[in-house]
Amino acid sequence: MTDYIIKVEKLVKRFGKLAAVDDISFSVVPGEIFGFLGPNGAGKTTTINILCTLLKPTSGRASVNGFDVVRQQSQVRQSIGLVFQDPSLDVRLSGLQNLRFHASVYHVPAPIREQRIEQVLMMMELWDRRNNEVRTYSGGMKRRLELARGLLHYPKVLFLDEPTLGLDPQTRSHIWEYILDLRQREGTTIFLTTHYMDEAENADRIAIIDYGKLIAIDTPERLKNIVSKDIISVKTDDNDRAAEEIGLRYRIEVIRDGDELTFEVANGEEFLPTFVREFGTKILSINLHQPSLDDVFLKLTGREIRQEAASSEIKTIVRQYDRRTRH
Amino acid sequence: MKLRQSFVNMIGARGTSTMNNLRGVYTLWYRDILIFGRDRVHIISSITLPLLFVFVFGIGLSARMGDLAPGINFTQFLFPGIIGMTILMSSFTAGVSVVWDREVGFLREVLIAPISRASVAMGKTLGTATIAVIQGIIILLFAPLVDISVSAWTVLVLLPLMLLLAISMSSLGILLATRIKSLEAFHGLMSLLMFPMVFLSGVFFPLQGLPAWMDILVKFNPVTYGIAPIRQVVLGASPDSLFSIVLFGHTMSIWEDVTMLALFAAAMILLAMWSFGKQD
Repeated sequence: MTDYIIKVEKLVKRFGKLAAVDDISFSVVPGEIFGFLGPNGAGKTTTINILCTLLKPTSGRASVNGFDVVRQQSQVRQSIGLVFQDPSLDVRLSGLQNLRFHASVYHVPAPIREQRIEQVLMMMELWDRRNNEVRTYSGGMKRRLELARGLLHYPKVLFLDEPTLGLDPQTRSHIWEYILDLRQREGTTIFLTTHYMDEAENADRIAIIDYGKLIAIDTPERLKNIVSKDIISVKTDDNDRAAEEIGLRYRIEVIRDGDELTFEVANGEEFLPTFVREFGTKILSINLHQPSLDDVFLKLTGREIRQEAASSEIKTIVRQYDRRTRH
Repeated sequence: MKLRQSFVNMIGARGTSTMNNLRGVYTLWYRDILIFGRDRVHIISSITLPLLFVFVFGIGLSARMGDLAPGINFTQFLFPGIIGMTILMSSFTAGVSVVWDREVGFLREVLIAPISRASVAMGKTLGTATIAVIQGIIILLFAPLVDISVSAWTVLVLLPLMLLLAISMSSLGILLATRIKSLEAFHGLMSLLMFPMVFLSGVFFPLQGLPAWMDILVKFNPVTYGIAPIRQVVLGASPDSLFSIVLFGHTMSIWEDVTMLALFAAAMILLAMWSFGKQD
């Protein structure tokens, strides 16, 4: 037995020439909330699909709950709960029937089945609507039902692939309450992917992934320390000249991010008034803030995480490849 | 060795127990029954076309046609054929439901469950086949209206025949659904296959005296071997050459028909289970 609930070694997944997951290794300890952060198409979902036995790795190894994801698929599947990015409910059945279906294929023993179903439905506040067909549910209710279903067989690891994507802030925070509560009571390990930075900060540890490679893995606090200083973003009427001026005058590195210039200074509050007074280029707007994971990502990759043009291209390639190889 | 391994993978899916797989089959089967039970419109619409064939097409043509065999008019001849057609058309939709499940995402919930893919394919096949047989029996209830008397014994013999036809067609549907991913393409292919299979199976006309090209197609059509025994059982006809299949000059018995159909059904279900396991 290992001390790790998830162990990934030199994992590679290629779609044709494209390496969607490119030689990544990491491990997760039981009870941890582990966040996978990166832009769309970075390789998050591909990694989850491998860990859930839905995809076979090109090379490398991975185990979940001590079971190999290629050779012991069934044991892995029994150990995990999965909440997909896209809906995976049968909308023609009621909420209750969807859960009964799940309980049955996951071998939840009959005597405790109904009691468990009641418990998770209560937890997700869906008990009153249990007999309604799922097609009548709202988006938030469907997502909660998926969460309820993911919890039903008491999985050792719960995979949440963008669990709150497209949900309103109130529902998002509700769902996070459930997730944190679940970890507290059941010691469930939670593996989530997200590209919401604020969501990632709920995690104990975060792995940042970009173009299929792990570029950092640490606690949110320590990651934020990578960007130790305050961050100033400025828009001017001539960014080229402004960048040159900042570089020359303060001898600091300037990152261009769209029509903004970003740079770090040790003591932002004192720096700002002098900067504005003395700066030679016309300033259109200026903003000072404390470091967040957004800034960590920007610092590590030179891009903002929501800037997704390039990576959505990759996603299209993967999808096309997928289609070709399925036949 | 490799063959043995892939067989093990297909049946057992690496570590799933037989008990778990049986429960998987049952759960998938039960889901189909649940959805069918909820959908009254589907139940009614699925028997409308067959009844139109019997009571409009059949009776309309019978009026001008003499008996096809002693004491058997065209409507009576048509009736068991239409039961077969109902089962065929209904079972083929197993594929539609797999494609649909894939499109709405539910298939992933099924594929990720700790049950083997083969048991999923099996459960799906049996679920759709059960529904098809129920629809066939509903049509059978109309037998007295065309002056066919059906005994309990007839029904008892008919059930396995109907089930066999249903299983062969629903596993064919599932086999195709593992390859064809879009609902539109599947519907297209379905009518491309289904109508020739119905028309060239002896549902609408006796199999004797056909032009050579049609005779060949009819005998290659596996559905032919499902329709003939159903007709012979319902009409209570002794191995009368008009209702039996003559293959290479040999008049085939019901048992021989059933053997042919069973071979086809077995091949289809094995292929469907294998192909279902291979998709991602």
